[in-house]
Amino acid sequence: MSENLVGIPDALETALAEAEREFATAADLEELSARKHLHLGDNAPIALARREIGALSSHLRGEAGRGVNQVRAAIAAAYQARLTVLTADRDERVLVEETVDVTLPTTQRPRGARHPLSSLTERVCDLFIGMGYEVAEGPEVEAAWLNFDALNMTPDHPARSMMDTFFLAPPESNLVLRTHTSPVQARTMLARRPPIYVVCPGNVFRSDEPDATHTPLFQQIEGLVVDKGITMAHLRGTLDHFARAMFGPEAATRWRPSYFPFTEPSAEFDVWFAEAKGGPRWIEWGGCGMVNPRVLTACGVDADVYTGFAFGMGIGRTLQFRHGLSDARDLFDGDVRFSSVFGMEV
Amino acid sequence: MRVPVSWLREYVSLDSVALGDNFDGPDGSDDRLAVDRLNAALVRSGLEVEAVHRIGDELRGPIVIGEVRQIVELPGFKKPVRHCQVDVGEAQPRSIVCAAQNFAIGDWVVVSLPGAVLPGGFKITARQTYGQLSDGMICAVDELGIGGRIDGVLVLSRDEFADRCHLGDDAIAPLGLTDVVFELAVTPDRGYCFSMRGVARELSHALEADFTDPAAVAAVPAATSRPPYPVRVDEAAGCDRFAGRVLRGLNPTAPTPWWMQRRLLLSGVRSISLAVDVTNYLMLELGQPMHAYDLAALQGQLVVRRANAGEKLHTLDGVQRVLDPEDLVIADDTGPIGLAAVMGGATTEVSHTTTELLIECAHWDPVTVARTVRRHQLPSEASKRFERGVDTELGPVAAQRAVQLLTQCGGGTPDPDVLDLDSHRPASAIMLNPGLADRVVGVTYGPDVIRSVLEQIGCRVQLGRDAAPRSWSVTPPSWRPDLTDPIDLVEEVVRLRGYDAVPSVLPPAPASPGLSARQRRLRSVSRALAEDGYVEVMSYPFVAADIADVLGLDEDDPRRNACRLLNPLDAAEPQLRTTLLPGLLRALSRNVARGQRDVALFEAGAVYIQEPDAPHAPELGVDYRPSDAEIAQLYAAVPQQPRHFGVALTGDWRRGGWWGSGEPASWADAVEAARTVAVASGVELDVRQATQAPWHPGRCAELVVHGSDGPRVVGYAGELHPRVVQALNVPARTVAMELNLDALPERQIAFGPVLSAFPPALLDVALVVSADTPATAVERALREGAGPLLESVGLFDVFTGEQLGQGRKSLAYALTFRAVDHTLTVEEARAACDAAVEQAARQVGASLRS
Repeated sequence: MSENLVGIPDALETALAEAEREFATAADLEELSARKHLHLGDNAPIALARREIGALSSHLRGEAGRGVNQVRAAIAAAYQARLTVLTADRDERVLVEETVDVTLPTTQRPRGARHPLSSLTERVCDLFIGMGYEVAEGPEVEAAWLNFDALNMTPDHPARSMMDTFFLAPPESNLVLRTHTSPVQARTMLARRPPIYVVCPGNVFRSDEPDATHTPLFQQIEGLVVDKGITMAHLRGTLDHFARAMFGPEAATRWRPSYFPFTEPSAEFDVWFAEAKGGPRWIEWGGCGMVNPRVLTACGVDADVYTGFAFGMGIGRTLQFRHGLSDARDLFDGDVRFSSVFGMEV
Repeated sequence: MRVPVSWLREYVSLDSVALGDNFDGPDGSDDRLAVDRLNAALVRSGLEVEAVHRIGDELRGPIVIGEVRQIVELPGFKKPVRHCQVDVGEAQPRSIVCAAQNFAIGDWVVVSLPGAVLPGGFKITARQTYGQLSDGMICAVDELGIGGRIDGVLVLSRDEFADRCHLGDDAIAPLGLTDVVFELAVTPDRGYCFSMRGVARELSHALEADFTDPAAVAAVPAATSRPPYPVRVDEAAGCDRFAGRVLRGLNPTAPTPWWMQRRLLLSGVRSISLAVDVTNYLMLELGQPMHAYDLAALQGQLVVRRANAGEKLHTLDGVQRVLDPEDLVIADDTGPIGLAAVMGGATTEVSHTTTELLIECAHWDPVTVARTVRRHQLPSEASKRFERGVDTELGPVAAQRAVQLLTQCGGGTPDPDVLDLDSHRPASAIMLNPGLADRVVGVTYGPDVIRSVLEQIGCRVQLGRDAAPRSWSVTPPSWRPDLTDPIDLVEEVVRLRGYDAVPSVLPPAPASPGLSARQRRLRSVSRALAEDGYVEVMSYPFVAADIADVLGLDEDDPRRNACRLLNPLDAAEPQLRTTLLPGLLRALSRNVARGQRDVALFEAGAVYIQEPDAPHAPELGVDYRPSDAEIAQLYAAVPQQPRHFGVALTGDWRRGGWWGSGEPASWADAVEAARTVAVASGVELDVRQATQAPWHPGRCAELVVHGSDGPRVVGYAGELHPRVVQALNVPARTVAMELNLDALPERQIAFGPVLSAFPPALLDVALVVSADTPATAVERALREGAGPLLESVGLFDVFTGEQLGQGRKSLAYALTFRAVDHTLTVEEARAACDAAVEQAARQVGASLRS
């Protein structure tokens, strides 16, 4: 080695020897890294030597430069050799020593959860948006005319007294807590011209004492379509599609004649739920029908030109049978253990 | 409506469901199948089956007919007890102990002998009781499972049973102790199905079976010129038909025959007396409610009229009622004696001494009836039917049936004179375009099918003069007042032809614009908070009347303007919320009570603000669309209901664990929740120091956004006031945030930034300001002063101490400077930093900390 260093001042040799010794004795990668800075960094002797070359006369520069580069390469090689050794050592021993128990709990801040009623409502809305609908909303304290009269339930209609309505004071205010989301349908028809394709989700109220299947507050989602040429067949197609999206490809609907003042003909419908808790079966799901021409007329839609259908179901009821919930009151207790089970989606 | 099948089959042939004649065998599996078919047929015709009661399913004999031969009263017990000898057709009578008193020697009774099983698994055995052997039991009707509790045992009429039964015969079949009873929910449009007649008719359609109309009574006599009793109808609008008959010489103690009692019991009606039972029975059979007056108690002419204000009536339920001038009454010389169609009066009630009866079969206006029922909170079996519409042709028929049944069971002679004050208008014809059904249903029925369905349900169909008329004239039958519009006839077609026939086709909807900005915002915000650790809750909006005081709201706080319910479920909570906090804090408190320590909740929902002098909603018609002005009036009367968003949290926000101890939730987390809402909503949020109930006066942040109309306070966040914490029973230092989501300005379109790849220059400054200077003000000044080179400002330390002097604090900021087009020199960065500090000195009196 020494014959290769002919003409190079002792200082370089000293620097090389120093670096080789320091690298060889570095105990770990951190120490090696620190010493690299000392011997290969900007202020290392070899770096200073390089800068000095610039000050030499030109005929001396070539040889001196080659000498400096040789030393620098040798220092770098010494570094690399030690790096290889220490890296191998770390991989073999140090990482093992650093082992922790990764099964320790890591949650310093637990995630929260959406209310399953919200998640289900959003899911249903998304489905209908995909089918070309919009989501319509309206107030929960509502004018009685919109909750009843416009929907073919005049003050003396028997169905009106069957609704267990919350009335607002004073009686002359003619305000109620809406008993269904249907007034949103009326508002929609009053506000715009067909074609109308909307779903109306929201809170509704009935003065029922809470029990396992009744709560004074619950959530409904209703659909309304008013267009030219709309038939009951379209209603069935829509509900069948909805049923399959919510309850799997085997799902279907079954209709039973029923009565709602705002639809004629009217039906209640059941859904076939193959994965129901307790085995596949028909489950009562909601009500539907063709919008009564009287409702169209009261809301300013020409019943000779347009037909429409409407349907509705309880979000809570759907959640109850889809997820096997035993008590509707749990939905409104706010117990964090309840919502947490459902996370962000249903 | 409870419908016994044994009764039903009298009017509709049930051969097609293969229900055997002897369908009452408890083990008949074929009959179970038949019952399922019947069930399906009822559902198909729109009658919801709420329950199927299998009467007598559990009965096991021997249950036999016996005759009481001897009665010995056993003295010395708390209640009267009889020791009887009962002949059940064996060599010796049976010894039976019985506590009932309503039978005598020679009476026929029903005896269950040892080995018999009664409903509820009640096994009969021979046993010693009251010091005697009781070798069987004399049965009451409820013990036989056929009706509700009635005092006393069942005593059979010998007249009814002697010619077909012998002592010791099995009693189950001859008494009809087994049956199937369908409990139906009848929708408001199907009033006629509150009768056996109506249900049988519907079943006959659904099963295509023969129907025998119980109203098709031979020889209903026409009205005579002289009435059997004088009646005048002053209110023909409220009473368009009043039929009546008089019967004299009735045996007032004649029992109701078992077959009628049985049907009443199975239908859920108590047997009272022959006269009352007959009227109830015919109401169930035909659907015509009727009333029997004690003729001897009537004084002078009966008048149907509106009540006079303040008139009183003592109704049969024992209540004295003050009448309204709109109520329709039947009055005699003494004043009102009955609330028309709803309930009779006490003074003319038939009693156990009544021998002369006036039978009233009237037709009342549904609206008048509905209003009276609502006014007096007095729904009855009669009013339920009248409200939904009763067949206008039934009155004279029902009166004739009543006279027949009464004379048959209780003797007496009908007065030959017949009353029928009839002013009713026959149902008007509906003009039907026969193509309507196809157009609405989406099925090609064709005119022949439509016509045959309409005729099947009893309509008269006239096709008009043309061979292929565009419009048919369809007159509904008298029992279907619900059929008024062409669409009602369409429903009959689709119903009778089966809903299953409707195909499944998706409608061709237009393209959707998707969710609205408001809807997207609610989702973003809810999801952000949930991801952040909050659990969403939904609360009832009902709050106590004093909630505003509990929260410590100012007298003029708009949150005091609450809507009030007329009929709250809980009288203690008559108001609707004006803030989400009561519901959130109740849920928080409930979680803590259930053992949770660290709770973070959020809720999104409407609050309801009632302006003190809000206008009332107008009462509008429905025959046409209200005018835009009327609709505007309607909408203006509806209270403001902005959607609020709130959080409440207690306990550790960052949990403790093996890594160290937890960090309790503080006012800062509540403010941070507001910032999360703002970021998710795409709006800038300013936070200011404020004082607002129910927050801690020194730890309350006002949340401010900048809309097109300038800065706007949208909510508050911070620690709750200790008084509120105590009153609402939530843990100390509970924090909360509430803001009006609807008051946030719309998200503006954000433009993408130019990202600089040049290195940043980092400079720290510590500024001393007076202690009450808000940190936001200092930061704002730094930003303004630094100019465009400033990339970010971070407050990394807040320090107070003696060396700063009283009322001073030091805020240490890390400033990051960067240019888009070159590497900043130290001088450039220093100059920008100096400018920032100068601006802070000018705006908030800041000085550099030395």
